Amino acid sequence: MLYDHIILKYGEISLKQKNRKEFIFQLHRNVKKLLKAFTNLEIKSSRDWITITLNGEDPEEIIPICQRIFGIQNISVAMKVSNDVESIKEAALFALKEAEDVKTFKISVRRANKKFPHRSPEMNQILGAHLLSNTDGFKVDVHHPDLELKVNIREDHTFITSKQYPGAGGLPVGSSGSTLLQLSGGIDSPVAGYLAMSRGLRIEAIHFHSPPYTSDGAKQKVLDLARKLAEYGHDINIHIVPFTAMQQKIHREIPFGYSMTVMRRMMLRISEIVASKRGILSIATGESLGQVASQTLESMHAINAVTSYPVIRPLITTDKNEIIEIAKKIDTYPISIRPFDDCCTVFVPRSPKTKPKKDKVEYYENQLDLTKELDELLANIEVVQVSSSAQAKDTLDELF
Amino acid sequence: MIYFDNSATTEPNEEVLATFVEVSKRYYGNASSAHQLGLNAEQLLRKSYQHISRLLSVKPTEIIYTSGGTEGNNLAIKGIALAYQSRGKHLITTSIEHPSVLNPFKALEELGFEVTYLPVDQSGIVSVDDLKQALRDDTILVSVMHVNNELGTIQPIRAIGEVLKNRKYTFFHVDNVQGFGKVELDLKASYVDLATISGHKIHGLKGTGLLYQREGVRLFPLLHGGGQQDNRHSGTEDIAGIVSLARAMRLILEKQTNQVIQLRQLNQLLRERLNEIEDVVINTPEDQAPHIINFSIPGFKPEIILHALEERGIYVSTQSACSSKKADESSVLRAIHLPPNQRNSALRISFSYQNTPDQVDKFVQSLKAIITELKQDMR
Repeated sequence: MLYDHIILKYGEISLKQKNRKEFIFQLHRNVKKLLKAFTNLEIKSSRDWITITLNGEDPEEIIPICQRIFGIQNISVAMKVSNDVESIKEAALFALKEAEDVKTFKISVRRANKKFPHRSPEMNQILGAHLLSNTDGFKVDVHHPDLELKVNIREDHTFITSKQYPGAGGLPVGSSGSTLLQLSGGIDSPVAGYLAMSRGLRIEAIHFHSPPYTSDGAKQKVLDLARKLAEYGHDINIHIVPFTAMQQKIHREIPFGYSMTVMRRMMLRISEIVASKRGILSIATGESLGQVASQTLESMHAINAVTSYPVIRPLITTDKNEIIEIAKKIDTYPISIRPFDDCCTVFVPRSPKTKPKKDKVEYYENQLDLTKELDELLANIEVVQVSSSAQAKDTLDELF
Repeated sequence: MIYFDNSATTEPNEEVLATFVEVSKRYYGNASSAHQLGLNAEQLLRKSYQHISRLLSVKPTEIIYTSGGTEGNNLAIKGIALAYQSRGKHLITTSIEHPSVLNPFKALEELGFEVTYLPVDQSGIVSVDDLKQALRDDTILVSVMHVNNELGTIQPIRAIGEVLKNRKYTFFHVDNVQGFGKVELDLKASYVDLATISGHKIHGLKGTGLLYQREGVRLFPLLHGGGQQDNRHSGTEDIAGIVSLARAMRLILEKQTNQVIQLRQLNQLLRERLNEIEDVVINTPEDQAPHIINFSIPGFKPEIILHALEERGIYVSTQSACSSKKADESSVLRAIHLPPNQRNSALRISFSYQNTPDQVDKFVQSLKAIITELKQDMR
């Protein structure tokens, strides 16, 4: 006897009606992509779940990866047996004996195959009696069992599962289109990216780099953060924007109180240009209401005015503590707290306006011609693609 | 050449050396420097924490790089004693520890700490009951080695961990210098708080090693300075040494998975062949660590045999290398109450995964010949 299958049960997709097939197709692709290192797997999708045949691969390595795939409600390891009572009995007994730290159990039979000779309640009794008479010390507890043995009798085979793991929930990455994430090296923006992905968005990232004011350490942080996010879906393109000249000019020529607002507006304009070139229909940010001067309603109003693109702000009403909690959970926190400044902190004026006026910003911007800087900057955007750290075997690893 | 002194040190692995050279050439930046060279070094350092933490199934933050076994043991023992002395000044260890454990304890006694040295039974194993009885409310540290360096006996680490697991302020240190890569030890399952590993005992380089420090355990640092390694061990990180250590650890663990049976076979063969020689008494009990066998040839000075073997290109040791230059007999062998003529005639064979049955055969033949010759001389 052997646990030889993993079953991934869909979450929200199950509620979809006509376009369900597209969601399933996307999820299937994501699963295949994230598990491509395990070459022996057979992956098949059906209406309500994906069945993975292990063919000897180690489920312990595969489950943690599956737990990061959005669109999956839960994950269970299963044994596949033929539809006869004796085989089912044998497998159920094996599952009970294999389980650790179990004193009480419950059997839940589902009989999709109505031709199977025994009804579900009858099967429950047959299996329960078999397990109790062939073991010592176990008890049945239908309310709070240590172990729930699920027996799923399908058309031509039966699956027996005993252990279930929670999935990541949400929608399959890619099923909602794409967004361009403004990724700094801070704590918030990677969390925003993660939450955007959980709602089915595929992400690309844009990062504003201002050497020598910002270091390569800051850039490396962004690459490492993107690599972490890639573990939840797909390879991520990062557009690295050489922002120094423009930032210097803004800093020199715009009154102190307004330079931050103008800088943010330029970032958003540049993001829109990059997004439109890549056919991306939205921009995502890590903004959280009231956190810093650029994140007041007045600031966001003035900044947002330069684009008609939807700006997705997953964190807008989230407390900092909750953001940190998520950052720790998805393991971006230790990267974010590495001590390198990003371009937003370097040129912060001593007292940026928390309530900038839109018409004033426009007035100052009109005094200033940034066309040359913009053209040059757009011509020199560097695009780096990163894969998840699980897949990425970079040259450094060869030293170990 | 037949090298049977692998518990003293091992031959550095070619791949490990290549890593050391490569990293020294390409990543010589100071990991604390802000420029690109420093950044590259820092990135490599971070990677090595990841690689090693995966090998040990611990967190990256639970690793402190050291210069080897002596430093690891000193940092663990003095570090706990000094950090937690306000909670108690009683420490427990065993009478058969390596000098790099025993001597820090002796030093702490001078500073006003009280140390209980647990005895061992005739097979060289410490009793868990003795430990239970020695524990007091003010006991802040228990330090027990995993595999004894002279005898190869395996101590009941897991059982000791079980005894200590619910004692919040009694920390458990394991000197795993001889055990790592040869005898499995699950740090978490054994409730170990601190564990010492040394690079040059596993075909790595001298001057490399690490101390596992469980999350939540505080240590008073031995070295204060620039605050490297989270202030726990200041000093510019030896990136080349660290990366080479990671590689040596990976390689030995792979060997442990695939070849430990081979070590046991060598052990079994050596035992059988030594039993054929009537002058030889084997001191190491059966079913201990696969790579160390201690035996005596009563009536013969071990130095003479050691040098006679050396003339034939065979390298073994008397006692442990760290104390073998001293005239006095082994305290470990005294602790297991061997009769004097066995204590002062002991030799140690320690294998590595490189050794072969053929070498065991040649060694035993040479030993037989040497004994015969010496006997003639003595007449």
